[in-house]
Order: sequence, then structure tokens, then C-alpha cells
Amino acid sequence: MKRVQFEHSTIPYLFVAPQIAIIVIFFLWPAAQAIYQSFLLEDAFGLSTQFVWFRNYQDTIFSPSWLQAAGFTAIFATLVTFLSLGFALLLAVKANEVIRGASTYKTTLMWAYAIAPPVAGLMGNLMFNPLIGDLYKFFNVIGWDFNHKLDSFDAGFVVVLISVWKQVSVNFIFFLSGLQSIPNSVNEASMMDCRSPTRRFWTITFPLLAPTTFFLMVINITYAFFETFGIIDTTTRGAPGGATNTLVFKVFQDGFRGADLGGSSAQSVVLMILVLALTVIQFRFIERKVHY
Amino acid sequence: MSNWNWRLITTHAILIIGVLFMSLPVWVAFATSTHAPETILRDGLQIWPGGHFFETYREVLIVDGGVMKSVLGTTMLKNSMILGIGFAIGKVIVSMLAAYAIVYFRFRLAVPLFWIIFMTLLLPLEVRIIPSYEVVAGLGLLDTHFGLIVPLIASATGTFFFRQFFRSVPDELLEAARLDGATAWGFFVDILIPLSKTMIAAILIIMFVVGWNQYLWPLIMTTKEENYTLVIGIKQIYQILAEGGELPQYQKAFALTILATFPPVLVVLVFQNWFVKGLVESEK
Amino acid sequence: MANVQLNGVRKTYPNGAIAVRGVDMTIDDGEFIVFVGPSGCGKSTLLRMIAGLEKITEGDIKIDDRQINDVSPADRDVAMVFQNYALYPHMTVRGNMSYGLKNRGMPKAEITKKVEEAASLLRIGDFLDRQPNQLSGGQRQRVAMGRAIVREPKVFLFDEPLSNLDAKLRVQMRIEIKRLQRRLNVTSIYVTHDQTEAMTLADRLAVINDGKIEQMGSPIELYKNPATLFVASFIGSPQVNRLPVTFDGQNLVNGDLVIPGFTGLPQKTRLVLGIRPDDLHQSGDGQFTLRVDIVEQHGADNLIYGALRGTEENDADDAEFCFKTDHSLLPALETTLQLGFDTERAMVFEQESGQRLL
Repeated sequence: MKRVQFEHSTIPYLFVAPQIAIIVIFFLWPAAQAIYQSFLLEDAFGLSTQFVWFRNYQDTIFSPSWLQAAGFTAIFATLVTFLSLGFALLLAVKANEVIRGASTYKTTLMWAYAIAPPVAGLMGNLMFNPLIGDLYKFFNVIGWDFNHKLDSFDAGFVVVLISVWKQVSVNFIFFLSGLQSIPNSVNEASMMDCRSPTRRFWTITFPLLAPTTFFLMVINITYAFFETFGIIDTTTRGAPGGATNTLVFKVFQDGFRGADLGGSSAQSVVLMILVLALTVIQFRFIERKVHY
Repeated sequence: MSNWNWRLITTHAILIIGVLFMSLPVWVAFATSTHAPETILRDGLQIWPGGHFFETYREVLIVDGGVMKSVLGTTMLKNSMILGIGFAIGKVIVSMLAAYAIVYFRFRLAVPLFWIIFMTLLLPLEVRIIPSYEVVAGLGLLDTHFGLIVPLIASATGTFFFRQFFRSVPDELLEAARLDGATAWGFFVDILIPLSKTMIAAILIIMFVVGWNQYLWPLIMTTKEENYTLVIGIKQIYQILAEGGELPQYQKAFALTILATFPPVLVVLVFQNWFVKGLVESEK
Repeated sequence: MANVQLNGVRKTYPNGAIAVRGVDMTIDDGEFIVFVGPSGCGKSTLLRMIAGLEKITEGDIKIDDRQINDVSPADRDVAMVFQNYALYPHMTVRGNMSYGLKNRGMPKAEITKKVEEAASLLRIGDFLDRQPNQLSGGQRQRVAMGRAIVREPKVFLFDEPLSNLDAKLRVQMRIEIKRLQRRLNVTSIYVTHDQTEAMTLADRLAVINDGKIEQMGSPIELYKNPATLFVASFIGSPQVNRLPVTFDGQNLVNGDLVIPGFTGLPQKTRLVLGIRPDDLHQSGDGQFTLRVDIVEQHGADNLIYGALRGTEENDADDAEFCFKTDHSLLPALETTLQLGFDTERAMVFEQESGQRLL
């Protein structure tokens, strides 16, 4: 920290008090509640509760619907992460190359950052609307028997496409600033050492972007897990038949719509563990990043 | 030479495809929102603006029952503004104070308190939805601005950002200020806040967008239509369209997405440099 | 105007690292003291303890016979000039200079008067309403000094204030600091790792190594009569020549090289013979044969580097001998020179402890 710090018996506590108070009331207490409830079973009328150890976990995690959601989430997160990263990297590299129009490209590629996921979801939903959606019509015209209300692959396609669309901007901003922070002298040195631009990219630029890429992977996985809730909720809502349920959407469904408190809490706790794992990975990576 | 030319052309082609991919959907949403519902139903989405701009947006914004049962578009706009601005300002104040204490003070609980703040990263709202709802409901905070904004403020992102920034402020400034007789509060107000001006602006912009775009929390927090934000209104539109009706008002649905998009996009575009700087810095 | 006393001052960091291992010192009123030493030797820590920016682990520090160990930095009546200037970047020059006075509750009119006086003394009067980022390095340096001067402190503290400036400006500011200190006659403590700066500025300088004062005295005294090998090597440019030797009762010996004319040294211990480059001279019956490796022409002087014939190999740094002569002597490379020195001027140190024996 700082070489010199203030020493005061009350001021620092006063300054952190607001944040700590909010955290305890709205973060720690509910999280503790979730953990506690995940061990309880309520009867059908909510009259009595029973401590059942890990039964909720067994019941939910081994249920076909949870496994289906977990499977979909894994595929969904992988696709969203790689597609949006790949597309954003391509655009960032190209935007970093051009001189004419560079700032226009930059602006028009990044502004979608400001769009909320559910808004993107509704827009996409309307584009795929069977009555008016041109995308829906287009796919059917070119011979793809497209129906995202009935076909799980098509439904998955819709949510992946919208989720990727929404995430490209953020990745683009980070990749572009990563590219711009590579010292010009390094680029010039590599131009003297290697003639092929493609080879230069994969041997010099891409490795130098590795810290950014890794960081973005964590961000994108987190996004695919959690923030896409708004997209799912305004497009498929898990349809058809739970095929596009993500784990988070299922927690919400079971807890609020299904009122299965114990099961939903157990799912929440599993998600907490997932976030924990992601955070640990991220921080181990940050420690490594110091060497760059 | 021609090789080089081809390369330039492909580069621009790729970028233009990218720009179209990112922008066209929003443009189509806007263009379609300015057409009559009959046109949309008959001809599908529209690429050119139509003649119903004022009609559609007037109905959505200020006509009773124009888009929701009982809430006007302007009210939702106001609610979104309150959430975005309140969240941004609250976040900056709370996290700056906490970061100042953590970086510039030596006190016994500094480390455990830092870890408590850090833990918020492990507890996104999504993993504690139902108990959070119960807590807020138990405190009687449903449908209040306080209950909507305050719980969102406490996460660690802002605090980490300011902590990072304060640590990059040269140590000598504090030392010089102490030799100049500045108190803890004096240093904060006279030196640190003015020094952080750009950073504060950047964070305000990012947090405004984040606050404006909140979905899940306002969704479970608000039960009355009059408290809906634009982003929550989206959900209702979905409901209405899904349930069907005589003549689906697609133009209004599109208008709502445009209204929900416009303010945050405008902020991001106008303050682009600050915004990008803040976003990239905050993740270091 | 004040004297400063340090009694048994020690600094141990919470992690156990020892920065200062017991320093005693008395600084007289109006004296200009320089702490010099390699980086990490504890000189800055010592200065910062006087400023009140570091806690004193043991011992005490007095200014004008008042113990200040637990007095806050602002109340010690000291002012400090930092290496990176530490100007408040968002305040004008005037704001920077008056901030400390405002905090003391001095009336506005008086602040304006003092700031303007100091500004004209430092010739920064024209820049008072500019911000630091509109100033050059030298001007920022002056503002930093101005900020110290307006407070009329009992003691000025300088923490390597010139190391961010380019070479030319450094010399100029060095002279200016000296002149200013003479004029204001304020007790000053100045930290640097640059021995030229130390030699030229100090009334007395303290050579610090590994948290201890190796030797303290006037610059010329330390140059002529260093108490340890460390001081001998640190003071003087080019560095003193060091030749590892042993004593056989009459001669200093290194390999085939035998240097007569020494008495009263311990045998069977490893010794170091130290000879300053300017104490060498060309002489047909000199003790050394130097094989010329490189000649550096500095204008008035030439520095001739080479290896001594007959010595056993040792690490590269010490193997290179330096001979300072005037510009007329320009030997061809690979030729040899016969060099001699006056035994009176030679210094002999014990290698292990670094203590001077002769």
C-alpha cells in the first residue's frame, strides 16, 4: 500500500461503513439464507420445514431438467465466448490497421455496449417473429426449415446469435485498446523480422494480447452464465421444453414461478461455487499477468 | 502494389460487414417503429423510416394506456433516469470513501473489511435472487427508489477501480500534503478528489449505463407498473406480444426498445474517450 | 535556524527489514549536511524519519533540543523537496506554494506576500498562475523549493531533488541550491547518491552504508582520508584503484607483483591496496607496469585504463586499473606504461572488514 498512511481510530471505519453495511444486509445475509434454505425442505403447504441435509442437492442436480440446463449452459457459454471473442478480435485487428475512417469504425463498433441485454433480446425476438421477422422468413426461404418455437437447435441458434451480438462491443473495446498498447517499436521490429502479416499476428501480436484474451474469457463466461438472463427472458424463456434453459434462468424459474425454495437455493449455491471457481482462476491469472 | 490494395479492400470490407452487423438491427428497429402497425404486419420489418414517427412515439411517451396499462413512457423514462443517475452517483460516493479508507489509512480491520468487499464479486445477484427479494420485502423496501438503488451500489467493482487509481497516485503527494499540514479529510477534499476528476467522470458514465440497463433486480423489486423502468417495460411488451391481441402493436415495441437504447448510447457516444478509458482502466 | 540531533536512531520495518542501524549525529545551525550512499543504504529512510514520514523504531530526534519523535510532520517546522517534486498537479504554482500556509490559517494577504517574495527569489514570479504541467523540469523544481521556502522552516530536507533533471540543468540547480542555502542560512539536509553533488554541496557529508554512518566529515577530509574501503571507493571520481594483496613482512604481494615499502601490516590476512588514479605518475622505476587497454580523452585529462602486469587474475572490475594524466600523454593501445606512486599516499585496507590500516 502507501508508504505513509493516516492513522486514525474512527475516520476509516466511518468511510467504509456505508459499503460494509449494504454488503452485510444485501449480500452476505441473503447468501447465507440461500445456503441455509438449500438444506431445508418445505411441505406442499409451507406449514412445516425439515432439515434434509443434501437431499435438495441430490434432487435438483441429478434431475434431468437440471442436467439439461447445465449441458445447454456449457455449450452456450462456450459458443458465445469463442464466437464473440473471435469476431471482436478480427474487427479490432482490422480497425487497428486502417487509418482512414478508423475513429468512425471504432465508434460504430463499440456503441452497442450501451444496449441492455433484454433490449437486445426483444429486438432479436422481433426480428425472428414468425409474422413480421425478416430473419425468420429469410431462413425459411433459403431452405432451412426454421422454427425456434419448436426446434431446440433453432432456439439455441437465436439466443446464441443475440448474445454474441450484444457482447462483441465490449470485447472489441478491450482488444483494440490491447492492440494499441503494444509499443510501436515492437511492431516495427517484427516487421523487419517477419514478412508475412498473418505470421506476425500469430507469433507476435496474439501472444502479446494473451493477458487481454484471458481476462476477456473470464468476463465472457461470466456474461454467458449470468447476464444473458435478460436475453433468455425476452426471447425463448427456455422453450422449447427447457432446451434453452441456462442455469441462472432455471434458478429464477424454479424459485419465483415454481416456488421450490429448497431446490432453487441448492441451485444457487452450486452457482456460487461456480463463480468462486471463475474468480479463483481470474486472480491466479492476474498474479501471473504481473510478469508482463 | 495491387496485393497491398486488395488487403486494404478486404480490411474495409470486413469492417463494414462488422458495422452493419452491429448497427443494422438497431436501425431496422428504429425504421420499423415509424411505420403503421398494418404496414408492419403486411410487409414485415422496414429498412426506411415511415411517416408514423410522431404518432408512435407520442403514444408511447405521453398517451395513457398507449403502451402499458397504466404507466406512461415518460414515467418509465424518468424511473430509468433516477436509477441510472442515482446508481452512478451513489456508487461513486460509496466506493470512493471505502477505497480512500482502505488505501490511505492504517487500521486494524482493513484486511478483513477488504475481503468482505471482495466477496461481493463472488455473490452476483443471480445466485441470491430469492433471499435478496425476501430481505428487501421484509424491510418494506419494495417499490422504493432506496430499495432499488442502494443494494446495487455495494458491489466491489467501483471500490476496486478507485483503489487501483489511488494506489497509482504518487506517495509523495500525500507526504507533501502532510508536511503542508493537511488533515485526512483535507487531503481527500483538496487533493485527491480534484486529482480523480477524470476518473470520477469515467466511472459515472459507465455506472450510468450499468444502472440504466439493470434488469433482474428491478424486475423482482418493482411490483407496481408506475415504478417500471424502460428496461422492465420491455418485459411487459414481451408479455403483451406473446399473449396476442387484435392488432399487435409492433411499432410500439420497437419504439420502446429505441427509447431504452437511446439515452445510454448517447452518453457513451458523447463521452466516448472517458468511457473507454474508464472501462479499460477499471479492469486492470 | 536550528540544530538537529540524532541519538541512536534505528528503523526496523514490520517485516523485520532493518533500514537504519543506530545513527548518532549533531547538525549545527545553518549547516548544509549531505547524506550520501548507494541506493537502499537507508539514507532516505533517515531523512524521512526526520521529516516525520517514517516512525522511529528506537532512539530520538531533536530539533532545537525539542524531541520530535511523535510530533506530526506538519508541526515539526521542516519542509521537504521531493525527487519527483510532488507538486499538486491540479493547483497553480501559487496554489501549491500557499497550500501549507492556508492549512496553518495564515491570513490571505500575508500568504500572497510570502508567496510573491519566494517566487521572485526563485525567479518563478511569471509562472504563479500556471499549472505544474505547463512548466519545464527546472521550473517545477523551483516551485518545489518555493513551496518549502514560503513556510520558513527550521530545517530544509532535500530528497534527491535533482535526479529527475538532465545533466546540464542539474549542475545549474546545484549551484542555485547552494547559493540559496547560503543566503537563507537555514539548516539543510540533502540526500543523494551522486558523489559529485555530495562533494560540491556539503559543508559536511555523511557516507551511509547498510544503515550505518561509515564516516562523517568535510568533503575534502573524506576524500583525503577515508576511514574505510567503502568511503574510499564511494568518494572520488574516477573511483579509487583497488588491488587485492597480502603482506609478507616487507612487501605487498599479488601474484608476481611485489610492492616494497610497507611495514606494520598484519600477515596472512587479505588486504586491499587503494590508490587514487591521480596519485599515479609515470616513472621509469615505478612499481607497476600497466598494459594499456582503453584511453578515454576527457579534454583536459586523459584516463588510461589497463591491466597490471604480473597480477593474478581477479574479477574484471578490480582488474582494470585507472591512471589519470593530462591530455598530452596518449599511449597506443596494447603498449605498456611504467607507473609509480608515493607510498605515503597509498591506502591499505583489511578486505574483510573494510577498515583502513594504513
